[in-house]
Amino acid sequence: MALAIVHSARERTAAEAALSDDIAAMLRADPSPPRAAAAAQFEKAGLPTKRLEAWHYTDLRGALRVLAPQAPEPDADAIAKARALLAGAPKIGAVRYVSVDGVFVAALSEGARGAEPTLVAAPAKPHDDDPIAAVMAGLAPGRWEAPLGDGSALVEIVHVTTKPATLSVMRLGLTAPAGGRVRLLERFLGAQSGAQRFVAAKIAVGEGGEFGHVVSIEDEASLHVETQRPTLAKGASYSGFALVPGGALVRRQIFARLAGEGGKIALGGLSLIDGKRHADTTLEVVHASPGGQSREFYKHIVADEGVGVYQGKVIVDPHAQKTDGAMKSQAVLLSPAAQMMNKPELEIFADDVVCGHGATVAALDAEQIFYLQARGIKRADAEAMVLEAFGAEAILRGAEESLREPLLSAMRAWLAKRGKGGAP
Amino acid sequence: MLEVKNLSVSIHDKPILDGLTLTVKTGEVAAIMGPNGSGKSTLSYVIAGKPDYEVTGGEVLVNGEDILELSPDERAAKGVFLAFQYPVEIPGVATMTFLKASLNAKRRADGLTDMTTPDFMRIVREAAKGLRIDFDMLKRPLNVGFSGGEKKRMEILQMALLAPSLCVLDETDSGLDIDALRIVSEGVNALRSQKRSFLVITHYQRLLDHIKPDVVHVMAKGRIVKSGGPELALELERNGYRDYSDVAA
Repeated sequence: MALAIVHSARERTAAEAALSDDIAAMLRADPSPPRAAAAAQFEKAGLPTKRLEAWHYTDLRGALRVLAPQAPEPDADAIAKARALLAGAPKIGAVRYVSVDGVFVAALSEGARGAEPTLVAAPAKPHDDDPIAAVMAGLAPGRWEAPLGDGSALVEIVHVTTKPATLSVMRLGLTAPAGGRVRLLERFLGAQSGAQRFVAAKIAVGEGGEFGHVVSIEDEASLHVETQRPTLAKGASYSGFALVPGGALVRRQIFARLAGEGGKIALGGLSLIDGKRHADTTLEVVHASPGGQSREFYKHIVADEGVGVYQGKVIVDPHAQKTDGAMKSQAVLLSPAAQMMNKPELEIFADDVVCGHGATVAALDAEQIFYLQARGIKRADAEAMVLEAFGAEAILRGAEESLREPLLSAMRAWLAKRGKGGAP
Repeated sequence: MLEVKNLSVSIHDKPILDGLTLTVKTGEVAAIMGPNGSGKSTLSYVIAGKPDYEVTGGEVLVNGEDILELSPDERAAKGVFLAFQYPVEIPGVATMTFLKASLNAKRRADGLTDMTTPDFMRIVREAAKGLRIDFDMLKRPLNVGFSGGEKKRMEILQMALLAPSLCVLDETDSGLDIDALRIVSEGVNALRSQKRSFLVITHYQRLLDHIKPDVVHVMAKGRIVKSGGPELALELERNGYRDYSDVAA
């Protein structure tokens, strides 16, 4: 008897149809096999829904009903606007590269001495486990390779969005060569409600290399989907930290691979979530070689009707003996409607490892607040003081010294804004 | 200074204070003694404004003003200070940062400008010296990892800096060894003045050997059941609280 297999074609959303059209247009212009594979994967999978485990708490398909039109190449107007925005965000790094609406603009670089990010035709391969990879591989024109120096100076990449309701897509290649050192700050500025952003960074740390990477999302995009794929060679180290005080729907996903023996990775972040904002950090760290070390340390402060998501999965391959892993997620909820989803996971296939995880979710400690108030400190100030201490721990642990003060003051600004709007 | 009139307080519907009446005059040092569970700590928390306690009746007046509707910080601004039985640890908040915030909050409430950092350092240094508080301790997070004695000395340091008009000491002697008890008591005695009132809550008479009270009140079952001079504390030390265990039942 013949068995009829019926594929129930899922009805596409308007955003999916638009993405599909955009990817098809890119494919016509560049009919390469990887782009064709990306197009095929997107046709099959579409945008991720809650049915996918990795997207269970962030329904991207549901949230992204309408796709904004792709931002045009930056013109003189956009560059002037970017210049004005940059004036309000003083340079922190010694070298600054600036992308405007998804394209690097050399005229806005500072301290670059002729070395500029260049767009290379590096085909991206779609990843079966990541529907976003198909979007990136299908839509990005290529990969921007940024020269990151030798670590003696902090490099700053600023991604500026100048158009309110546009989509920007960027792939980045970030490399610390064997034995080399990189210190990088990535900032997102200027996006307003309606802006949609997809960014993906392929991060390679060569043998014995060191990579310190801080991301700061300082604007209010409607959608920010960021993928980082760090791969560590033997004896390499990578430290990644993200401050997320803005963005209506933020998804940061990190797929890290300790490919070489004795790699060390430290991932951390502080998400400050108010209003109806939603911030999701999902990471997968694969120990693919012996003797690796991984540390994850994430904090969330969730107010109002905000939603925080932390999913951390550490996978230890069968031969990755002597792996040392520790993961911690801590959250403070500031209102009855605030939500935090914490999902730490360990998948250990080796037998000689030390791995642990812990997750806490709590309200502000009423005893601490009362103690501070009893010393004359107003309630809003007392809350800010306790929250600042809570958040500062993540920053102090995760970011290099020269970036601590700027990150702390961004956190304080968020707390002050909240304090003014809020508590009695 | 402090007038507590017919105060009744419950927590989670359980009555703790039952029509308590008490007056502490300006410049007076009053001790409250009483058995465990008599409501001594509740009284101190209700004066300081801790949430969770439901005042079901009565008044608490400080300098003639009812403070029960005020928030804890507003009460502190009016000169109320509670030295906690268990000072709260606040990880990540440097003791100096806290002291400065607290002192400046008081100054603002008094219509003064914030204190400059050098002036602040100077007065903290002076106050810390008298209480034998090591300056390194002030760099640590507030009360975190402090010994019992260090925590209590830190409370008295705050009291010295904020110069309140009503000091409520909730079992300040608990957890102190003899040396620490002496240092803390000397710190308190140095703050005694004709303009400042003290309500010293204690379980044992030994604190009162160091901080000599003007009056002693005995509390049992949520009320003041006897008042007298310092000799009352000695009598309690001899006879225990058994004479009062049935009172007000």
